[in-house]
Amino acid sequence: MIKEGVAYHNGAVFQIDPRVKIIAVFLFSCVVAVSSRFIVLGIAFLFAAGAVALARVSIKDLAKRLTTVNVFILFLWVFLPFSVPGKSISTIAGLAITHEGIVYATQITVKSNTIMMALIVLIHSTSILTLGHALHELRVPPKIVHLFFFTYRYIHVIYREYIRLLNAMKVRAFRAGTNMHTYRTFAHMVGMLLVRSADRGERVHRAMICRGFSGRFYSLKTFTFKATDLWVLLFSLALVATLGLLEWTTIL
Amino acid sequence: MDHHPVVIELANISFAYPACQRPVINNLDLRLHRGDQLGLIGSNGSGKTTLFHIIMGLLKPTAGTIEFMGNGVRTEKDFQEVRKHVGLLFQDADDQLFSPTVLEDVAFGPLNLGKPRDQAVSVAQRTLDALGLKGFEDRITYKLSGGEKRLVSLATVLAMEPEVLLLDEPTTGLDETTEKRLVEILKGLDMTRLLVSHNLDFLAQTTHQITAIVDGKLSWDDAIIPHTHVHTHKHGKYAHQHR
Repeated sequence: MIKEGVAYHNGAVFQIDPRVKIIAVFLFSCVVAVSSRFIVLGIAFLFAAGAVALARVSIKDLAKRLTTVNVFILFLWVFLPFSVPGKSISTIAGLAITHEGIVYATQITVKSNTIMMALIVLIHSTSILTLGHALHELRVPPKIVHLFFFTYRYIHVIYREYIRLLNAMKVRAFRAGTNMHTYRTFAHMVGMLLVRSADRGERVHRAMICRGFSGRFYSLKTFTFKATDLWVLLFSLALVATLGLLEWTTIL
Repeated sequence: MDHHPVVIELANISFAYPACQRPVINNLDLRLHRGDQLGLIGSNGSGKTTLFHIIMGLLKPTAGTIEFMGNGVRTEKDFQEVRKHVGLLFQDADDQLFSPTVLEDVAFGPLNLGKPRDQAVSVAQRTLDALGLKGFEDRITYKLSGGEKRLVSLATVLAMEPEVLLLDEPTTGLDETTEKRLVEILKGLDMTRLLVSHNLDFLAQTTHQITAIVDGKLSWDDAIIPHTHVHTHKHGKYAHQHR
């Protein structure tokens, strides 16, 4: 269900300190999210695409992940051109398409894809584990980091439980249809999944208490900040600053 | 066996789950001496797991007293001390293994005991080696097979160097080879232990004494002491073959 990208352990992007990657991607995403000038978005898009190439993300992986995002964006294209008020440029079935609407939809499309590509690079070149530890090192509140770790650990267990329930339904000749029986059955299944997950949570907590857990987690990982990491960090900060400057001044 | 000091003593323990009229544990007495290796057998729902959870302080008994090393344990704080010396292996390894990697999970207990990071890692590695799990350190816990999960869970408990080991149905879902491996591991550990299982053969191999939980009590009348008989016959003309 949740696939961890095959991280290239010896790839250049993999070698970068994950803390640097998180900071860079975070700041980059922020500046892209608030920008509206196409020159800024265009440059950002190119850099994100460059990073994707550098991290050697396979076209298939990239396409799969981007498709998910763009399906949502497709819905925006259905509504935004008609609903944003502005100068009408054409009409379809009596509905006016506005210039502002088209611009707005395009902005969102470019922004989302750019940010998504940056995140894909991060996920692709860093294992989930390392990511969690790096967040911890960056002083992200421990509760969030633990939530992240536990989600990662137990989503598979819950998924297996879901498959088990689904199979139990199938072997008793259940076939989903559009009827009350199907809705009720799925409701029961989701309910059962929730109850089981809650029970599981309780048992995991007990097992942790038995091993002396008292609310504090200890991390075994240590990170080293190398010279290359410094350069990557400086480059990212410079890029983010340039994008910001271009957005809020009229140099170009 | 009475010359060894009593490690765990339960007196008149009762426990009933809410909305359940009949108590699961009913006036149960149990005395575990240092070095005892006791097996418990009982039908489903006979309260074996409940008993373990009461010993660890995860469930509060409705009546009765618990003593550990001669001191009464009542509060959460008392039980925190108990948990440093008593290790419980859960029935489902997925409950026990929550860290992403094996090494982190095995080091979790020692770190909670206040060991510095390098010591925790070395004790974790030592424990893994002792269980024949060398090279498992960086394996992802949820990707282990059922048997591997069980052995790693055992490692997580043993890494805390407990004095008493409580094992809850350790053979569930294990194949014959892994079960044999577990038997060998347990035979090699001479620590005090209490084992719960349906598997009489397994208990006979890993404990000195087996008793049953019947109606929420330990039934010593039904106790089984595994022992062997001397086997004699004339080694004459038709010496039989042991197959």
